[in-house]
Amino acid sequence: MIKRKVKLAAADIIVLLSSLLIFGTPLYFLVINSFKSQKDARALSIAWPETFHIGENFYEAFSNQNYLIIRAFGNSVLITFFSVLGLICICAMAGYVIQRRKDRLSKIVNGCILTGLMIPPAILPTIWVMQGIGIYKTIFGMVLVEIALGIPFTTMLFRGYMGSIPREIEEAALIDGCGKFRIFAVIIAPLLKPIASTAVILQAVTVFNDFVNPLYFLPGNKNATIQLTLYNFMGKFSNKYNLLFADIILITIPMLVLFIFFNKRIIDGMAAGAVKG
Amino acid sequence: MKKKTKTIYSAWFLAPAVIIFGLLFIIPTVISLFFSMTVWDLSSFRWVGLQNFIDFFSEYSLRIGIKNTFIYAAATCVLKVVIGLLFAVILTSKIRTKNLVRSIIFFPNLISTVAVGIIFSALMHPSKGLFNEVLGFLGIGGINWLGDRSIALYSVIMTDVWKGVGVATVIYIAGISAIPKDYYEAASLDGATSVKQFFTITIPLCRSSINSVIILAFIGGMRTFDLIWSMTGGGPGFATDTIASVIYKQYAAGFYGLSTAGNVIMFLLIAVIAFPLFNYLTSKEVEV
Repeated sequence: MIKRKVKLAAADIIVLLSSLLIFGTPLYFLVINSFKSQKDARALSIAWPETFHIGENFYEAFSNQNYLIIRAFGNSVLITFFSVLGLICICAMAGYVIQRRKDRLSKIVNGCILTGLMIPPAILPTIWVMQGIGIYKTIFGMVLVEIALGIPFTTMLFRGYMGSIPREIEEAALIDGCGKFRIFAVIIAPLLKPIASTAVILQAVTVFNDFVNPLYFLPGNKNATIQLTLYNFMGKFSNKYNLLFADIILITIPMLVLFIFFNKRIIDGMAAGAVKG
Repeated sequence: MKKKTKTIYSAWFLAPAVIIFGLLFIIPTVISLFFSMTVWDLSSFRWVGLQNFIDFFSEYSLRIGIKNTFIYAAATCVLKVVIGLLFAVILTSKIRTKNLVRSIIFFPNLISTVAVGIIFSALMHPSKGLFNEVLGFLGIGGINWLGDRSIALYSVIMTDVWKGVGVATVIYIAGISAIPKDYYEAASLDGATSVKQFFTITIPLCRSSINSVIILAFIGGMRTFDLIWSMTGGGPGFATDTIASVIYKQYAAGFYGLSTAGNVIMFLLIAVIAFPLFNYLTSKEVEV
């Protein structure tokens, strides 16, 4: 019995240490080098810093190019906020109707949306369409693209969750004389809160970390998003690893905070969403 | 009943999704078929037929993207399927630190891909990177991780697996936890070893999780762009170009028709491989 306990404790320690070694080392490397002086960081080692330059490095990363990072952060937050808000409203409605109606229309819409889970977007024709309606290179256009690309996954989450809500609720409300929009807004929407919060977190992470779409649909320094800024810094700071890493940490902090508070919801949401797809 | 369905579940609820998705996804996808056969600059176009596709398959710098995409998708998919399963089996055992370890494994998913690319490029630095220092300590000569044509693609693949294996792991954990414990008890009473239990109970019963991981990893691999772009930019030479990076390069160079043709090739490949694969895999699933 004691022997088994010792064995289990040993397994505990081995698993923890090896996961820290594999997944923690690159992060430790990132953090420790963001504390070093430029010369020290250039050695790219995981040694303890000779001198600490935390305040200096982070201030420099912040203030570089007239506080570009703050503007970019603002843009990213704006895009993330409105994309997620739009996605939740639009996909909650769509998922609700697709799950309930079993006619041809909902089947076609469902089929199109599922295809969107697999097929990558056609980039240049999207730019062409955006130019045609005058939303190319605008934050509004970027939000619409993020919504369009997020619709398949988010709708699928809501559709899956609707399956666990009994139809009788709506039928009873209809008999009581409730209109169809009120049924959704007052009765169904509050029931969707758990899946909505999962969708909010997953989509916020996706949109905030998105690099490819802003690269194509929101080029130019004026509206740069945080990931584009990071990419530009990579070229500019190719020798100033301390600043580059300080930048990475600054833009990862929001995700870290999110993860600390919603750890379980994020992980379970990813697993559930993926399996239902 | 039918009438009631229509009155409650109004088709208008679908309208916003259909309009936005149609306008910015379906329409571009459909017209890409047309523009892939033109030379265009967003305002005017000239019809060239299948010339763009012919170029794509005949020019080395473009064709290699297709080959690399396959290697990338297949390798990341296999590695995530296998390593993720291994981690999940460990993390569903009696280990007490499993929640902590699960979070540690999962966290890289929340770091942006560009940031991961930057971190690993630094770790893979040929002369002073940590990877080569460890190898040197073990007495093995340094490897030029991102500068050697024959290795660079695999270095990026390794980074992708490091970042993405957490999702595979949590999908598996969800699948394995759903398997009733009595199956294992009955099997061990009958004298089945834990290895045998793994192959005869765990694998068949978490089939749907395995399928999800395969599909997700494969499609993600086929579309990969940001990691490649931030680590190697497609280089050295064209050694790590994928279809998505070729699409971007042609776009940046102003060859919009060629770029669109690349896009069409990418969805045709995904459609030709992923849909049948998906149908095949789901047909083999069993209910727990």
